[in-house]
Amino acid sequence: MKKFFIAIMLVLAPVAASASTGGAPLDSMSPDHANKESLQRGMKTFVNYCMGCHSANYQRYERAATDLGIPNELVEENLIFGDSKVGEQMTIAMPQTDAAAWFGTPPPDLTLETRLRGESWVYTYLRSFYKDPARPWGVNNVVFPDVGMPNVLEGLQGLQVNHCTKEEMAHHEKTIDPLTGLQMGGCLSVAEKGSLSVEEFDKTIYDLVNFMSYMGNPVKLESQAIGYKVLIFLFIFFFFAYALKKEYWKDVH
Amino acid sequence: MAGARNKGNPGFIGWIDDRFPLTAMWDDHLAKYYAPKNFNFWYFFGSLALLVLVNQLLTGIWLTMSYNPTAEGAFASVEYIMRDVDYGWLLRYMHSTGASAFFAVVYLHMFRGLLYGSYRKPRELVWIFGMTIYLALMAEAFMGYLLPWGQMSYWGAQVIVSLFSAVPVIGPDLAEWIRGDYLISGITLNRFFSLHVVALPIVLLGLVVMHIIALHEVGSNNPDGVEIKEKKDENGIPLDGIPFHPYYTVKDIVGVVVFLFVFCLIIFFFPEMGGYFIEQPNFEPANPLKTPPHIAPVWYFTPFYAMLRAIPPIAASQFPGVVVMGGAIAILFVLPWLDRSPVKSMRYKGWMSKVWLVIFAISFVILGYLGVVASSPGRTLVAQICTALYFAYFFLMPFYTRMESTKPVPERVTG
Repeated sequence: MKKFFIAIMLVLAPVAASASTGGAPLDSMSPDHANKESLQRGMKTFVNYCMGCHSANYQRYERAATDLGIPNELVEENLIFGDSKVGEQMTIAMPQTDAAAWFGTPPPDLTLETRLRGESWVYTYLRSFYKDPARPWGVNNVVFPDVGMPNVLEGLQGLQVNHCTKEEMAHHEKTIDPLTGLQMGGCLSVAEKGSLSVEEFDKTIYDLVNFMSYMGNPVKLESQAIGYKVLIFLFIFFFFAYALKKEYWKDVH
Repeated sequence: MAGARNKGNPGFIGWIDDRFPLTAMWDDHLAKYYAPKNFNFWYFFGSLALLVLVNQLLTGIWLTMSYNPTAEGAFASVEYIMRDVDYGWLLRYMHSTGASAFFAVVYLHMFRGLLYGSYRKPRELVWIFGMTIYLALMAEAFMGYLLPWGQMSYWGAQVIVSLFSAVPVIGPDLAEWIRGDYLISGITLNRFFSLHVVALPIVLLGLVVMHIIALHEVGSNNPDGVEIKEKKDENGIPLDGIPFHPYYTVKDIVGVVVFLFVFCLIIFFFPEMGGYFIEQPNFEPANPLKTPPHIAPVWYFTPFYAMLRAIPPIAASQFPGVVVMGGAIAILFVLPWLDRSPVKSMRYKGWMSKVWLVIFAISFVILGYLGVVASSPGRTLVAQICTALYFAYFFLMPFYTRMESTKPVPERVTG
């Protein structure tokens, strides 16, 4: 039976890895919930840049403060901008109806975004805005074509331009040129510099997505820690259970 | 009569036995229920199904304490359970993984029945009760899947309920009656919640009791398909029988530990199982105005979903596909009367039975895969072939089981 399940898992693993995208290949991002400094930086970016429009309605400030090792007072002073209490959820004041009118669609709640789309999708998406004067906000996105969201991080990243056609974006091989620093398989490059270099910006986005990944599944580390203990217990208990069975079955011929 | 036994004994148990057949029931179903001594690997899954049922009932009770069965509150209450209820995430993952585990063990349990002819006379009712459990389990799982009120919950329910509207004449009214609304809404969620936590668990428990009572009346089959009751010793105990307790209770504990190892591995490390136990679109709240690009049922329904998609509509009606899908399950009920072989177990059947069982199992797995992925003309053709083979296994069974030459069945079990 164990073999059966392992076989099932092996069969399903590659299928599971594929998530829906705008056709563009994704840059892989593996979260690290144990890296508290990264999560703290990510939370700072999240409340400063994302929470202007996006809520995290299921995540409480206090829970994040505890899990990330930030004292409650620091969170209250630096990370809560409205009149929320530290025990409350990370809600925003923007009314959904107004937001729908301004952006065409209300900005989604982001608590579970990484579980919905995957960390790699969010990581690639946030780094894939490019200049497109035809769009209302002057930018488009490779991963999410014609997205309603402006590039909020443009001040950090700068403005990227896109050198590829739609077909090229969908089919190109991933080859980042280290000399020109072209992103997205050579399609995107920074035309007007922002306050961060490409590496610094990528690191900022990594931290942000790492925090979002934590928000999506805040029990991950706890779950794995308990899981190891449970599996070790079952492994040891197996030998006792098997010995008991052997003992009883000695007299069955 | 069970009631006439164990009377007038001293002590507390004696006091009980004078008033309730406690010892008699213990003996009838455990300590003096004689099971064949040659059970193999395949015989773990019955007791495992019982274990998973208990897991579902217990975790379900605790989930119900914090769940909010309204369209406005359901999704948020699941996240509340995941984050604010102590070990709520564990209860929820035990329940969601348990649903898939239930089908995994039940499918293996059913395959065991096919392999060793456990549905044959005198066990027809054991099989039919078992099939009814499977049917109730599908309804239970389907309704439970709506409760998190995610996108896939919503649209999966929309698709499956709309199948009923394919029934000629009464279809649209029937679908509306099931939903209680013109589309899946909070009203549907409320009634599915009621059915999921009250009505169907009662039905399931009742059926499980009948399944076990019927089994213990006729006795367990075994990998040789030999009736152990035909060879008894001077005390009336089958020569090849051993008391279920303690022999099979201690053996099943070993199976339980191995099962729990895999079960806990999934719960603690891969609770979504790569999107197969908890589908990714279900992390977004239900939105009646936004259809997901690809609607796939959970893995345990996909073989039947693939059949539904494989049957082309006639006069713009999906009804033929619905009939085929229903027929695929219905035909299992009459299996005891399709098998005309003089022997029960695959060990002594001829090569044709063996080949057909393999074809059937492979077709079922391929259909399961095809139900997960998006359809294409090539895949539809494969699904049609597999659907035909699935039914051929049953329709041709009366012929190949009679035509083939079988091996002689031993007098006693072979161990």
